[in-house]
Amino acid sequence: MTRMSGAEAFVKALKREGVETIFGLPGGAILPICDALYDSDIRFILARHEQGAAHMADGYARASGRVGVCLATSGPGATNLVTGIATANIDSSSVVAFTGQVPIPVIGTDAFQEVDIIGVSASVTKYNIQVRGARDIPWAVKAAFYLASTGRKGAVLVDIPKDVQTSVEDMEFPEKVSFRGYRVQEEPDPRELDWASVLLSRAKRPMILAGGGVISSNASRELIALAEALMAPVATSLMGKGAVPNDHPLYVGGCGMHGTGEANTLLAEADVLLVVGARLSDRTTGLVKEFSPNAKVIHVDIDRSEIDKNVETVTRVVGDAKLALTGLLERLRRIRLEASGDSEWVRRINELRELYIMPEAKGNPHMRGPEVMRALRRSLPRDAIITTEVGQCQMWASLYFDSYAPRTFLTSGGLGTMGWGFPAAIGAKAARRDVPVVDIAGDGSFAMTENNLATSVEEELPVIVVILNNRMLGMVAQWQRLFYGRRYFGVELGKAPDFVKLAEAYGAVGVRPESLEELEREIRRAIEADQTTVIDVPIDPEENVFPMVPPGKGLKEFIMEA
Amino acid sequence: MYRSLSTVAFLVENKPGVLFNVTNLFRRRGFNIESISVGPLDDPELARMTITLKADSRVLNQIVEQLDKMVDVIRVKRLDPMRTVAREMLLVKLQTSDPMAREEALKHINSYHGLILDIDAESIIAEVTGETETIEEFLKKVSPIGILEFSRTGVTALEKGRLRL
Ligand SMILES: Cc1ncc(C[n+]2csc(CCOP(=O)(O)OP(=O)(O)O)c2C)c(N)n1
Repeated sequence: MTRMSGAEAFVKALKREGVETIFGLPGGAILPICDALYDSDIRFILARHEQGAAHMADGYARASGRVGVCLATSGPGATNLVTGIATANIDSSSVVAFTGQVPIPVIGTDAFQEVDIIGVSASVTKYNIQVRGARDIPWAVKAAFYLASTGRKGAVLVDIPKDVQTSVEDMEFPEKVSFRGYRVQEEPDPRELDWASVLLSRAKRPMILAGGGVISSNASRELIALAEALMAPVATSLMGKGAVPNDHPLYVGGCGMHGTGEANTLLAEADVLLVVGARLSDRTTGLVKEFSPNAKVIHVDIDRSEIDKNVETVTRVVGDAKLALTGLLERLRRIRLEASGDSEWVRRINELRELYIMPEAKGNPHMRGPEVMRALRRSLPRDAIITTEVGQCQMWASLYFDSYAPRTFLTSGGLGTMGWGFPAAIGAKAARRDVPVVDIAGDGSFAMTENNLATSVEEELPVIVVILNNRMLGMVAQWQRLFYGRRYFGVELGKAPDFVKLAEAYGAVGVRPESLEELEREIRRAIEADQTTVIDVPIDPEENVFPMVPPGKGLKEFIMEA
Repeated sequence: MYRSLSTVAFLVENKPGVLFNVTNLFRRRGFNIESISVGPLDDPELARMTITLKADSRVLNQIVEQLDKMVDVIRVKRLDPMRTVAREMLLVKLQTSDPMAREEALKHINSYHGLILDIDAESIIAEVTGETETIEEFLKKVSPIGILEFSRTGVTALEKGRLRL
């Protein structure tokens, strides 16, 4: 037992969790903790808005597989975190947020900068805790990291009143915490595996849909082995991109609203569909009753409540994806399943893949989304990390930028949060100083959190922002163009700001390439220079993202042109 | 109506915020609560909640899974109506200044094994317990007499015999 203040105990507890980096922005109610951090070697990265701090922690978590930590003061600091927390939580990203709170005696009195962040964050966190005594701080920190990083990962918020930070008590640091109501079933039930493997072995047209769960349980290798054993095509949800190298012969691309033609067509034709670690949101399934209508669906997930939530399954495997896939592989090997590389199904995969190759646009004076993606791919090393903003830029990245490894394609899949990609890129860079990190951005999205250019420059976390600048809120404009008779409302951004000058104002590099070759050159130069660089790429404001499944339609009703 | 009413019982950590989190879950996911009752157990760190609701079995399964997922929920069970005793308590104040009405009221209270808790020149307060269906039947019977106000506790339930939560 050691006597110390709550704030000191907080810092010690963080050190015990191995925390090296915190993203945040201080304020009155968190000052005692800031003062204790002053004496520690934990790196504090000052965001320019708390939303950015939460996204940075999220990007850090996704890139590294560790827990991302952010910190804010009470009231407005805490509420500014909410979008970031919600974004992390819905994408099952391990983020712990710490907020200051007004002193316990004034809680409930509408004191200065008091907000009920426990109530506010209840719907967007996996769990939240308000610490009511200094002696509970070590436990609360331990509990937060434990809950955020186990089972279905997620965001946890810990609210710490100011007087709890300052009061001095005898502290004990627990080695372990447990909750009676929190059990994680990692090991799948052998009977579930038996049944699932029987179904898979009998499939004539098996298919795999991989989600973010494959990435978070580091199950890529097992997934690829299983796909090869079955000769099954693999599609991914947006969160699953990178789970299979995108140049693998069985990879057929993303599925859903902006899925590839081959993925969405194959889903309709499959007779057994193995879903691994995906929550099957409406963006992934399209109209549920036409999502893989001929397939017996097997769902593997660590979160039991995901199974049968959106899509009805014939059988389930509850458990960790890596263990589940290993178990399935063993069983398939035991029954000596030998899938053939030249079955009708495999021929079908290749036939569709060729059918849906997007033609290169010729004669269009503008640079186009898909071509910018291919140019980016050519100029970046295989292990570069991509983050995306939200909109057309994101969907082009998903469709046309090949990712080769897990944790190299990071995107706000569940919430679709504009402004996520840039601060997330900064967070990813803090975790992976060794690889280039590129935010594929739209002009609208980037403008939402561009103030973090200051953080990127000052903290020497150089990232590259590639803006696909259509001077529009492009994806919304696409909908208005296709479904609202081109009645553009609230989507025209015009020329402001000048992103080159903006970058320069923050001390970053700003460039505006005029051709794909120049773009590639600028990317290479930015990597070489290792400086925060904003590359403003003017593109055609009229361009649409295709393929697209019109809203309310089944997946195979995708359109390839307007 | 009674037939489609399902009962879910669960144990939770008895601490502030848990009831909020449970009801917030129902609100957020668009599930509708018909009644809810809560009380602490002999272990003061635990409380037992009983929720009744109308939902098809798919939704009901989702509710159970979602509740089970909550960190502060320790155990959840959908109770089989055939193997459960369920009770609700009603307090009702009846307008009984008219002697005929008073007689009528006493008759119904008696036949439902109710208790008279308070009585004055104008009114009677009675307590009736029973299944939701019984309470509703009783209310229907006494409503011509004149109900001044009533308050119901919501359902509480235990499984029969060896079954336990
Ligand atoms: C915070 C937030 N507000 C609004 C939206 C709705 N929305 C989705 S895509 C989009 C347009 C994005 O525009 P831009 O960032 O320029 O990217 P583009 O589609 O042009 O590539 C909008 C407004 C959103 N996803 N997030």
